[in-house]
Amino acid sequence: MMDILGKRNIWYALSITILVIGLIFLAINGLNFGIDFQGGSLLEFKFDHEVSNQEVRNVLSDINIAEDSKVQQTETEGINGTLIRSKELSTQEIVEVEEALRDQFPSTEMLRTQMVGPTIGQELRTKALLALLIASIAIVLYISVRFEFRFAIVSIITLMHDVLIVLGIFAILGREINTPFVAALLTIIGYSINDTIVIFDRIRENMKMMHKTGFEKLANQAVVDTLPRSINTSLTTLITILAIYLFGGASIKIFMLALFIGMFAGTYSSIFVASPLLVTWTNRVKNKK
Amino acid sequence: MRYKKKRMLKLIFIIAIVAFAIFLYSYYNINLGLDLQGGSHIVLQAQPTEEREINNEVMGGIVSVIERRVNQLGLTEPVIQREGSDRIIVELPAIDNPNEAIETIGRTAVLTFRNSSGQVLLTGEYVQDASADYDQYGRPVVSFKMNDEGADRFEEITSQYIGQKIGIYLDDELLTNPTVQDTISGRGQITGYDTVESAEKDAILIREGSLPVPVEVIQSRTIGPVLGEISIQKSITAGLIGLILVSIYMMFYYRFPGVLAAAVLIIYGILLMGTLAGLQATLTLPGIAGLILSIGMAVDANIIIFERIKDERKSGKTLRASIDAGFKRAYKTIIDANVTTLITALILAYYTSGTVRGFAVTLGIGVLVSMFTAFFITRNVIDLFTHSNLLQSDAAFGAKRR
Repeated sequence: MMDILGKRNIWYALSITILVIGLIFLAINGLNFGIDFQGGSLLEFKFDHEVSNQEVRNVLSDINIAEDSKVQQTETEGINGTLIRSKELSTQEIVEVEEALRDQFPSTEMLRTQMVGPTIGQELRTKALLALLIASIAIVLYISVRFEFRFAIVSIITLMHDVLIVLGIFAILGREINTPFVAALLTIIGYSINDTIVIFDRIRENMKMMHKTGFEKLANQAVVDTLPRSINTSLTTLITILAIYLFGGASIKIFMLALFIGMFAGTYSSIFVASPLLVTWTNRVKNKK
Repeated sequence: MRYKKKRMLKLIFIIAIVAFAIFLYSYYNINLGLDLQGGSHIVLQAQPTEEREINNEVMGGIVSVIERRVNQLGLTEPVIQREGSDRIIVELPAIDNPNEAIETIGRTAVLTFRNSSGQVLLTGEYVQDASADYDQYGRPVVSFKMNDEGADRFEEITSQYIGQKIGIYLDDELLTNPTVQDTISGRGQITGYDTVESAEKDAILIREGSLPVPVEVIQSRTIGPVLGEISIQKSITAGLIGLILVSIYMMFYYRFPGVLAAAVLIIYGILLMGTLAGLQATLTLPGIAGLILSIGMAVDANIIIFERIKDERKSGKTLRASIDAGFKRAYKTIIDANVTTLITALILAYYTSGTVRGFAVTLGIGVLVSMFTAFFITRNVIDLFTHSNLLQSDAAFGAKRR
């Protein structure tokens, strides 16, 4: 029988190292908030031939919005296009950009334009945080009722672990944080909890059936027994996510990247963080008695 | 005989459910969100002025003016709704030049007649009708007609200003600045348009009246139809590839039950589409991601069930007993695991809006359908084959490897 929980100090060290690195990057780089949370504009156009960033910049400087704009090639594969990020533009200015581009490049076709005012950005950020907070509280309540309080607290620590890892990696990569990213975080929370609970469920069952066995041993038994399920489930889910990441459109790439990291962290933490923490907690309580 | 009859009933049950889902799907179709079929989502915020604060009446006025403008622009199926105390959400289908339309819709559109020093002589509230037209030289113009009171006043003003210029402004934009040749009463023309389309736009604004207070576009999101098409195709390809890979993995690992699981997955897909169509849910791009994720959850439910059955088999029970016990124990796990995901989806749906809500709703529906599929479809499909050698063998459920 594999002794996963016995080596828990190794897992703790591993998790703490990753978390610390992530936190350092979070502190130094911060998060790259997209226009959803910061306000600003995003315009994407398609052409029938390749148009360089400089050519687009020239058009923008003709209508005096080049200074506040970043121009890059579109992320959607298989098409020639440009992606312009800018300060908040009025609808009139957006129309001007569109017309100026069309004058220069007649094949210009609007793919998408987006404008978020600064107040809305602030609001979305608050709402997203609120949603995360309330979801966490609701989950603690549910698990406390169905399991025990300590299971709930350990689940939340595990959740924070997963969310922090995703945030940390996004800080390291400097990838943009947008609304779909928040949706991804919430999915990760749901999934990570899901994963943790399947193992906790087995521990709960073993606690009933194996009275005489020590907690650490029965918990380890539960982790090992559910291992095939953990591996199969995360593999099938990761396969799907990877497929969407590679073949899906550019607009859901960030979402899928977050999901991929989060699912990976979620599977890891349900095995190597949640159950070990439960054992550490139980041992502490016993020693105090 | 009794067993065969029961098996028959189970098969009919499955087919009936699948047929119902297909019926729902083909009858109702699935609504595509703006990000998939193209269109615009705009949030307008009313700006209080010194004379007017924002109240219900003002907001009602704004909505009705905007509604009239949208209808006059010939846009089909627009959504115009109030949100909170001072906001209005406008959703438009995919059109040519959507941003121009947004600009037109959001204009305050106060028509004023001003003298050369900028003093307002008359406002557009007296204008009874306005329409796009051509003048005697064939140039596009806006012809307007005043009501009786306006006609009297206009006559008075023009008689006063003969030989001088009177500028006609829409908000702060000078439309035309003609010199008054003669006294004019009820009718007039605004010249200076390049196209009859732009004249038509202003005519609509003048005819339908100005907004009681200015509005500001605080958020706008426009997706061209091309991008939506690319997104749909890519998502479908990605989803199919994912589904096929997962099915292959399941068959490889669980053998014949894996094949059944793949079949159940397809049934799950059909039920999900039927449910979404039946509930008239709107599918967005993150929504598709939510769907694919829920496929993952549906697979997970099957994996949990199979692993439980495998455990029971290992402890030496017969196949039937193992299946019974395995399902019984798996139910509890699946419920606990899915309820937490459901909680997240519900909270997400409640606290967010737009595309993220679309994601939450489809994820929530997906989880519910996946629980139904695991409890009823998987169970019945497995039962259909209980006596088949394919399930009896040791390799089935991956029980041989240990």
